[in-house]
Amino acid sequence: MSQIQRRQFDTLIIGAGGGGLRASLQLAAADVNVAVVSKVFPIRSHTVAAQGGVNAALANVINDNWHWHMFDTVKGGDYLGDQDAIEYMCRAAPKAVYELEHFGVPFSRLDNGKIYQRAFGGQSLNFGDGQAIRTCAAADRTGHAILHSLYQQNIRAKTHFFDEYFAVDLLKDNEGHVLGALVFNIQNGEVLVIEAKTTLLATGGAGQQFKNTTNALINTGDGMGMALRAGIPLQDLEFFQFHPTGVAGHGMLITEAARGEGGYLLNSENERFMERYAPSVKDLACRDVVSRAIMTELREGRGCGPNKDYVLLRLDHLGEEVVQKRLPGIRQTSITFLGIDPAKAPIPVSPTAHYMMGGIPTNRFGQVVVPVKDTPEEPVAGLYAAGECACVSVHGGNRLGGNSLLDILVFGRAAGNHIIEYLQENRYHRPMDESSVEAAMQRLQRWENPNPDGEPVAALRAELKQLMESHCSVYRTDEVLREGVEKIEQLAERIKNARIDDHSSVFNTAKVEALELENLMYVALATMHSAYARKESRGAHSRIDYPDRDDKNWMRHTLYSLEHGLDYKPVRTKPITVDSFPPKARTY
Amino acid sequence: MPITKPVNESVQAVSLSELRWQCRRGMLELDILLNTFLDRKYSQLNETQHQVFTRLLQYPDQTLFDLLMANMPSTNPDIAEMVQQVRMAMVNKNRVS
Repeated sequence: MSQIQRRQFDTLIIGAGGGGLRASLQLAAADVNVAVVSKVFPIRSHTVAAQGGVNAALANVINDNWHWHMFDTVKGGDYLGDQDAIEYMCRAAPKAVYELEHFGVPFSRLDNGKIYQRAFGGQSLNFGDGQAIRTCAAADRTGHAILHSLYQQNIRAKTHFFDEYFAVDLLKDNEGHVLGALVFNIQNGEVLVIEAKTTLLATGGAGQQFKNTTNALINTGDGMGMALRAGIPLQDLEFFQFHPTGVAGHGMLITEAARGEGGYLLNSENERFMERYAPSVKDLACRDVVSRAIMTELREGRGCGPNKDYVLLRLDHLGEEVVQKRLPGIRQTSITFLGIDPAKAPIPVSPTAHYMMGGIPTNRFGQVVVPVKDTPEEPVAGLYAAGECACVSVHGGNRLGGNSLLDILVFGRAAGNHIIEYLQENRYHRPMDESSVEAAMQRLQRWENPNPDGEPVAALRAELKQLMESHCSVYRTDEVLREGVEKIEQLAERIKNARIDDHSSVFNTAKVEALELENLMYVALATMHSAYARKESRGAHSRIDYPDRDDKNWMRHTLYSLEHGLDYKPVRTKPITVDSFPPKARTY
Repeated sequence: MPITKPVNESVQAVSLSELRWQCRRGMLELDILLNTFLDRKYSQLNETQHQVFTRLLQYPDQTLFDLLMANMPSTNPDIAEMVQQVRMAMVNKNRVS
């Protein structure tokens, strides 16, 4: 192993979206020697796609309070969220927004000069009394503005960036300390061991495990795959938020505004089927209700098109002027990706995977925590996680709009602060565990040897995505999921024998895609097993055969590990300073 | 000033596989549009057009999104022409399928 180049840093951060960059900035500003590894140029991270905004009870438009924000988050998460972390996040939100303002994020303004705030779903005043106005926005490009400001601040603070490097695996010693990661340079294939006293995973979500997703191609669950292989369980992966109307065959969003303006859904029999599922509100029912209704129509053979795999969203009755004036973005998306002008013809749509509430289990300091003997949450020495790849858990079973950017900012910063404390007490690098480096190298080199009997990566990836779509999206029953578990286990075995045909060193994207497929496979295994086992409906996890929430048996977090399979741990129902919000029916 | 990724000035040195990686972006819309163009049209371009496409890829994601989703025209005629070509590749793919 001596020929492998090595670098040492105090902290290694894997992933350069908002969570990773907020943490690295906190560290670099405190003179910590910090390296950020990103498989794409940092400002091409998926945070850029977050348009909505950041929730914070600033009370700039109407009266507001962090405690009301906390109530909404607990309720929105269907009482699966950890209330200590939620209290921490909602209290910290105003400061997180003001910090961004100082970093240069150009928030939209009210006439009085204060930060503009808009209303989002699920936000209330006074613990459920009326609509709150809580989401701070920089026009419709909040994620972009945050990512660019954080990147510029990191450059100023002298964060060391390894752009276009792919992290293969975490490095660990026998005592369980995480010592950094083995990475390689995508540009030339050179392998590098980055030794670090602390490592933070901030690699984002894994929407690419589904056929229809709003997630960019980079969202392949790399950090979660690394965590599983390092013996760390993943938490609550069965909770995946779906949006009912994605562009069929592509996945990008057609927002609720289309139905808000009077658009409605049709099946192959030209029937307004939502009248059967939600007779009063019809097409304006909640996201999960509309998603399940669409999937039921498809499964019962009333889908449209040659494969009967989508329904139609009709807008043409609104007239060309209304569609052009009020829904210009939706019109442009439909014209660009389908060649269909919705002012003249309906848009093919199907549910699309959007956001994962689960991830690598952490506490509110960003430390990765695992069960050890009778302790459900023992920190893994030297390992942290933040953002969509982590599960703090503030979103519980269902995330509120405007809370995902807040999550990455608050817990990226919190992780940074805890790392600073940890480094003061752990000043020296621990000796590298060479067997750990050897194991990571073997995983990498497996793709450098020809394997003519294996199946191609692209075909296996397509099969995985279809399997997850068919067996683990919004239509979940015992039968569908049991079959899904059997199929995913078989597919996982075949993926272990996958092949690539490009064995070059320079920009070998085939090798990167193979490693990404492995990560997706592990995340998909965890998702399928967790969903099959949870016999209730809560938040985004909706079982046709168990339609009710079951607090007595299931108000607990799922843990799935490669070694032990499924395990569970209690929800933290006790906040830090205020009274708990006991579970109630989630009605709006 | 917009942040852009430093790109090898020698466009000839940019391989197809490197370009494919530069087409990996933070937004699904960009992934689909850019990769469709790369797969279906890029090989038919001349050397000058290759350089324009490489320049287009240096734009930040939000700017690229606004250009390719026709929210904003480019004032640079070469870029504007390339944006049209990228959009047309998607249109033509839709026609075939």
